[in-house]
Amino acid sequence: DIFKPTKFGGRYVVTLIPGDGIGAEVSESVKTIFKQDLVPVDWEQIDVTGLQTGTVDPEVLFRESVNSLKRNKVGLKGILYTPVERSGHQSWNVALRQELDIYASVVMIKNMPGYQTRHSNVDMCIIRENTEGEYSGLEHQSVPGVVESLKIVTKMKSERIAKFAFSFATANSRKKVTCIHKANIMKLADGLFRRTFHEVSKQYPQLEVNDMIVDNASMQAVSKPQQFDVLVMPNLYGSILSNIGAALVGGPGLIPGANMGREHVVFEPGCRHVGLDIQGRDQANPTAMILSATMMLRHLGLDDHATRISKAVYEVIADGKVRTKDMGGNNSTHDFTNAILHKMETL
Amino acid sequence: KFLGQKNANGNYTVTFIEGDGIGPEISRSVKQIFAAAKAPIEWETADVTPILKDGKTTIPEEAIKSIKKNYVALKGPLATPIGKGHVSLNLTLRRTFNLFANVRPCRSVPGYKTPYDDVDTVLIRENTEGEYSGIEHEVVDGVVQSIKLITKKASERVLRFGFQYAQSINKKHIRVVHKATIMKMSDGLFVSIARDVAKDFPDVKFDTELLDNTCLKMVTDPKMYSDIVLVMPNLYGDIVSDMCAGLIGGLGLTPSANIGDECSIFEAVHGSAPDIAGQDKANPTALLLSSMMMLQHMGLNEYAEKISKAIMDTLAEGKALTGDLGGKASTTEYTNAIISKLQ
Ligand SMILES: Nc1ncnc2c1ncn2[C@@H]1O[C@H](COP(=O)(O)OP(=O)(O)OP(=O)(O)O)[C@@H](O)[C@H]1O
Ligand SMILES: Nc1ncnc2c1ncn2[C@@H]1O[C@H](COP(=O)(O)OP(=O)(O)OP(=O)(O)O)[C@@H](O)[C@H]1O
Ligand SMILES: [Mg+2]
Ligand SMILES: [Mg+2]
Repeated sequence: DIFKPTKFGGRYVVTLIPGDGIGAEVSESVKTIFKQDLVPVDWEQIDVTGLQTGTVDPEVLFRESVNSLKRNKVGLKGILYTPVERSGHQSWNVALRQELDIYASVVMIKNMPGYQTRHSNVDMCIIRENTEGEYSGLEHQSVPGVVESLKIVTKMKSERIAKFAFSFATANSRKKVTCIHKANIMKLADGLFRRTFHEVSKQYPQLEVNDMIVDNASMQAVSKPQQFDVLVMPNLYGSILSNIGAALVGGPGLIPGANMGREHVVFEPGCRHVGLDIQGRDQANPTAMILSATMMLRHLGLDDHATRISKAVYEVIADGKVRTKDMGGNNSTHDFTNAILHKMETL
Repeated sequence: KFLGQKNANGNYTVTFIEGDGIGPEISRSVKQIFAAAKAPIEWETADVTPILKDGKTTIPEEAIKSIKKNYVALKGPLATPIGKGHVSLNLTLRRTFNLFANVRPCRSVPGYKTPYDDVDTVLIRENTEGEYSGIEHEVVDGVVQSIKLITKKASERVLRFGFQYAQSINKKHIRVVHKATIMKMSDGLFVSIARDVAKDFPDVKFDTELLDNTCLKMVTDPKMYSDIVLVMPNLYGDIVSDMCAGLIGGLGLTPSANIGDECSIFEAVHGSAPDIAGQDKANPTALLLSSMMMLQHMGLNEYAEKISKAIMDTLAEGKALTGDLGGKASTTEYTNAIISKLQ
């Protein structure tokens, strides 16, 4: 029951949050590609940042981006930096997901044809609860040197994410849904998540269903990743498994993703890395951002554009002539983007 | 720091918990190899079949006494009896001896091909608190809170041990893995204590890494971690250590050490494998590698090096591998192959 946005005068307005680190560069790539393909999308760009910049109050820009997303319902977003300092603010990334209640994170982990990694035939989809669990932000120091951090699991949100996973699996002709948990240790919290999953699964008899403890799943993921299809899990395990998954098929520069709620959808690279270390060097791989954008186009019903652009990306990667550094190549973000633009002309 | 003393024969006495299932067979293999290498060890076999005392699971007084006296034990797999109100024996041992740190090295095994052939990682996991505090409750119907507990005391203890361990194995680089961007106070405390402890070890390099990045980089290229000792809170340690085991082909080949205030217990990570028990088929490598960690802990590095080399050479040669590694050798044949390299 995810909503469909409305368009005005044949065009869509979409919020664009480039994010910190490599965000500006990979967003530039998407903008150029959309322009050449005459995609009927107008960007409403907001440069929120998690870095301390001084000029504009970051809080103001954050509010502005939330309001823009509330208006437009659809957004494309890079990753915002989160400082580690204890007195620092909460992660904007998490705050945004909680504020818009975009509760389901979807991360697609799939081998790219023509790009060989240590594992082949990996094709899994990680569905991650985005709004509670270990990311609740509820912590306190009872006495000096003793800190408690609360992990919250609710029946309502467990049920909602389980339903999402099963309908996603059904809609995308997937066969199996695996619930990842640590219910042998967190008997109540993960126990509730797991029990709810199995209850909801009864409404989907056509799907194969199982569950697995998170440490075992991590071990299986690096030895036999082909066994996984759709996976559903609480917040923290999602972070772990999407990063393991990304590494299996070629890294964070390749993995697209989306955060979905009942009313809003924000597309963002699936394994959420800022990339401060390579910022401004024209070196980032824009694939994750471009494929997130094509997922967005499908969501908007602009399938022709989505198909042409994603096909061009896959073909450039399969040709293997133009590749960014993370894929073992020497080409810049601009070279790679240009190769896609050329490829699109032939499609 | 190992507190044991040599006995009248010039040997150390070590408690041996042989365990269930394949336990006795793989234990025999270890004993034979130690004898062939003339390691200065005498074994004292202890039975830990659980008993219920005042409604609580404990292990026999005898076994506790033995470990307390020897300060060190080697342990095979234990099958946890289901039902009857028993908590896991491993947990009982951990509590009885306050085993606060779990050390899990993972190294590619030369005779066993996986997509990763260059793994050499060492991970230390805080073993007593964190997400495993067991404090949970249902606030209202359908809303559950689970408390992750991080204390200065437990964190400092495991971190200090981590730095000492890094020095002892000559990997002078500690990296603390955390998620302090999200869990600012709890993981933040762990990280800030680490920074303080690091000041006492100026010859050990220290840095931190987000859990996400560790998972990403380890699975991309484990070589990046060859000179690093990772230290992390309980749950992350559990998950990442199993992930590392996956890189080298599973739990069947990974040793581990449980370090306590006074006593330490070294054990294979795998289970009791009832399906192949008593058939001379089991692979004793994990228990053997655990016993190598034990020798190092006792300061018997010479013996550890000598025996490890014989094990690795036998595996690399690939002529006497057990069934789980795709070979046809029995436990006895594999053991004898190692022994022949020691002579
Ligand atoms: N799109 C991309 N293309 C190429 N490399 C990428 C991309 N995104 C992330 N990376 C790389 O993945 C690694 C992890 O990224 P991450 O964003 O976590 O780094 P960081 O933010 O600089 O460090 P930290 O997370 O510790 O603050 C980095 O080496 C980064 O360069
Ligand atoms: N040392 C070993 N050598 C050969 N095979 C092993 C070894 N350890 C485990 N296995 C195999 O791995 C599989 C799982 O073993 P594991 O011991 O975990 O069994 P289990 O039934 O879980 O036992 P437990 O209840 O004690 O945990 C079994 O098929 C077993 O034969
Ligand atoms: Mg485990
Ligand atoms: Mg088992």
